[in-house]
Amino acid sequence: MTVVPLGIPRRLLEFTIDGEPVRTTEGSTILDACRAAGKDIPTLCQGDTLTPKNACRVCVVEVEGSRTLVPACSRKAESGMEVKTDTERARHSRKIVLELLASSVDMSTTPQVAEWIKEYEAKPDRFGPGAARLNEEPKIDNDLYVRDYDKCILCYKCVDACGDQWQNTFAISVTGRGFDARIAVEQDAPLTDSACVYCGNCIEVCPTGALSFKSEFDMRAASTWDESAQTETTTVCAYCGVGCNLTLHVQDNEIVKVTSPHDNPVTHGNLCIKGRFGYQHVQNRD
Amino acid sequence: MDLHFGDSKPTDDERAAVDALLGPPESSWEGADRSDADLRWARGGREARDRRDLLLPGLHAINDRVGWISEGALNYLCRRLTVPPSEAYGVATFYAMFSVKPRPATVLHVCTDLACAAAGASELCAGVEARLGLGSGVSVERSPCLGLCERAPAALAIKAGDPVRTAVSAPATVHDAVLAASAPDSAPEEPPAAMAVPQAGDPALTLLRRVGVVDPGSLDDYRAHGGYTALRRAFELGPAGVIREVTDSGLVGRGGAAFPTGRKWQATASQPDHPHYVVCNADESEPGTFKDRVIMEGDPYALVEAMTIAAYATGAHKGYLYLRGEYPRALHRLEHALAQARARGLLGDDVLGQGYAFDIEIRRGAGAYICGEETALFNSIEGYRGEPRSKPPFPVEKGLFGKPTVENNVETLVNVLPILTMGAPAYAATGTAKSTGPKLFCVSGSVARPGIYELPFGATLGDLLELAGVRERLRAVLLGGAAGGFVRPDELDIPLTFEGTREAGTTLGSGVVMAFDDTVPLPRLLLRIAEFFRDESCGQCVPCRVGTVRQEEALHRIVARTGAAAADDIALLREVGRAMRDASICGLGQTAWNAVESAIDRLGAYE
Ligand code: SF4
Ligand code: SF4
Ligand code: SF4
Ligand code: FES
Ligand code: FES
Repeated sequence: MTVVPLGIPRRLLEFTIDGEPVRTTEGSTILDACRAAGKDIPTLCQGDTLTPKNACRVCVVEVEGSRTLVPACSRKAESGMEVKTDTERARHSRKIVLELLASSVDMSTTPQVAEWIKEYEAKPDRFGPGAARLNEEPKIDNDLYVRDYDKCILCYKCVDACGDQWQNTFAISVTGRGFDARIAVEQDAPLTDSACVYCGNCIEVCPTGALSFKSEFDMRAASTWDESAQTETTTVCAYCGVGCNLTLHVQDNEIVKVTSPHDNPVTHGNLCIKGRFGYQHVQNRD
Repeated sequence: MDLHFGDSKPTDDERAAVDALLGPPESSWEGADRSDADLRWARGGREARDRRDLLLPGLHAINDRVGWISEGALNYLCRRLTVPPSEAYGVATFYAMFSVKPRPATVLHVCTDLACAAAGASELCAGVEARLGLGSGVSVERSPCLGLCERAPAALAIKAGDPVRTAVSAPATVHDAVLAASAPDSAPEEPPAAMAVPQAGDPALTLLRRVGVVDPGSLDDYRAHGGYTALRRAFELGPAGVIREVTDSGLVGRGGAAFPTGRKWQATASQPDHPHYVVCNADESEPGTFKDRVIMEGDPYALVEAMTIAAYATGAHKGYLYLRGEYPRALHRLEHALAQARARGLLGDDVLGQGYAFDIEIRRGAGAYICGEETALFNSIEGYRGEPRSKPPFPVEKGLFGKPTVENNVETLVNVLPILTMGAPAYAATGTAKSTGPKLFCVSGSVARPGIYELPFGATLGDLLELAGVRERLRAVLLGGAAGGFVRPDELDIPLTFEGTREAGTTLGSGVVMAFDDTVPLPRLLLRIAEFFRDESCGQCVPCRVGTVRQEEALHRIVARTGAAAADDIALLREVGRAMRDASICGLGQTAWNAVESAIDRLGAYE
């Protein structure tokens, strides 16, 4: 969230990042402070509107005195901490995490991952051709969105967004365990048999494209998806009085998907089914 | 919350199983038939949701009665507890002892873990499977360590019904295991717990002093053998006095992390937030560990008394005893002990007439090693998936139900009894300066007398193995279980203390000592360890979820290779292992590579 709630004034903490003294407000994470200090730390499971689950471990940094590495996205900054973001040890873990992920799931639609793989010299192929992969088929069981869990990194963001952090619908959760853990609705049923209300807030937060609009999925399959040819226009939803902001993604004069700005203080990027998917009438020109 | 329950209905049996636990439903809001009143009245909110922690007992109730958990049964349970069905499904599929697919009423768990593997578990499995094929009404499942390693190979039969029936066969033959599965009621009784204690009856014992001496079913007998003198002393000392004694005794946690117990108690006691909780971690699932089971089966009141003292010292009025799901006999003994203690005023509103209220609830695990991790255990009790939480905040501040919680394992707790009866100085005089008191060791594998041994800290590995009767041609000793490390037969002078093992570059862990002679194929053993961690990873974080799989794959590739042919994969293992140790959320991922690494470095496993 970029909007800081106005609460009681918070204490300033002083600590160091890579030897440089920094100050940040009490309650902020190491990641917040690093970003403010212009440090680039990769993140995957961290979401700007969600409480971090710290599951991916790609943001790990070294903290003086800590036995293990520390997830920057969720560890709160403390006075006197000595944080090192770019040590050989931290880089090693990030590289291995990227290799482990990219060797087990399809990260072709995950923004920035290709850059990080290059930067950290990760070689996902080195586990050999026999390395276990998810190898899931996309689940296409409704007209609004597709679940392609072959791309899922199990970041828990969709679960948190559907559950107690935003939507309170609890349609999806993590099932199974270990490498067999998957995101699913109850009894692994089709989405249409679940509690899902198609708000699409899970698509909004999914970092990998595992959840996508049916329109995007179909266009990708037909090789007509072209992000560089798209324009984004933020407007106000016309359906009800809440007044949510919609960002229309338009390609060739057609709306191809709808997102919502995360810094909106009322909705934080969340929408309902009408605002998210009910755009056909706009482009019905007959 | 706008919960959505599908149309599937429970069978009468399933409904009865749930109602036996929760009582009959009061209205259609929780699954009863709709009455006129229901149309003008709503039920829900916090009160309904606050029963989420009954989810795991509810799943057990269904699984115990029917053998698996159907969609209708799960729906009904969710309605009763106001739990979203997707989350309940996520919980049910997390545990190995539950099935969400139909399966026969009887499940025979055959242990294929380290000690049992060395004692011929694969032949046992093959034999049992040949006899109990399709249509036998028994589902044979390969299981991680059942905590019966002193009697390896082991098998546990669970037959669903009302009541559920169980039978243990160990050491198991194909014939005995098949008998246990087909007629658990007529299976021969298990040998008494004292059979696992070769030193039983030795007056020099402290922790195991009563095992085999008292009748575990008799509170009077327990009192006749010194029971409840420690609690009386605790009431004399007052909570702060108890914590002082425990701190002065130098007691550190016996679960593996070796954290000072007094400090933990003090930290919990001083939290302003209330209520406080006491949790006993009896989810002993480290392969090769069975000491907690023997204490709970042989001296159950000792644990009840020790938990009461911990609660009194830390200001808790409610305790949870989280017990491994695979320990049916310990469950019965403890249930009986709790009922007796309650009936006699040793638990309840007025413990020992001192005006102090405390009670204990038993919670059964359902087959998940990870639930031995303290925060995963809280999630499990609360009715969530047994996934570890990230720390900080630490349990002393925000533990069970988000409240200050002191969690100790069984062995740690029972140490508090001698500390209070003999006094901190006398206790601290045993052992070494940094590792005080007596220590329990679970010895199994290639020894003449496997079992639990009690020795003062400071004895060497060689002393212990001599007691247990180590066989010739010893090839390796695994210290600390699957999360521990191997040492060589020429390292038997390692002192068994926290500092001594650390100095020797290994760990005491939970006190596992598994001896392997040269008939045991080391690469197979390592593969089993890797398989274990792959199976038991909760799946939350990437280094562990994928790392354990890559580790197992690499070990498969080199199982029959040595030298240069294995070098690439060993290098790969090292790199992945290092990231797992550094970047995993919890101890499972952080230690998953220890044993394999030690086998490569200390034993030269693939040279
Ligand atoms: S679309 Fe909405 S209701 Fe459906 S799973 Fe996603 S967040 Fe939950
Ligand atoms: S589907 Fe997307 S949001 Fe959900 S866990 Fe997978 S990667 Fe994360
Ligand atoms: S997205 Fe839904 S809630 Fe928001 S303004 Fe549109 S119709 Fe109303
Ligand atoms: S971004 Fe921090 S652990 Fe995933
Ligand atoms: S019971 Fe089989 S290894 Fe412990």
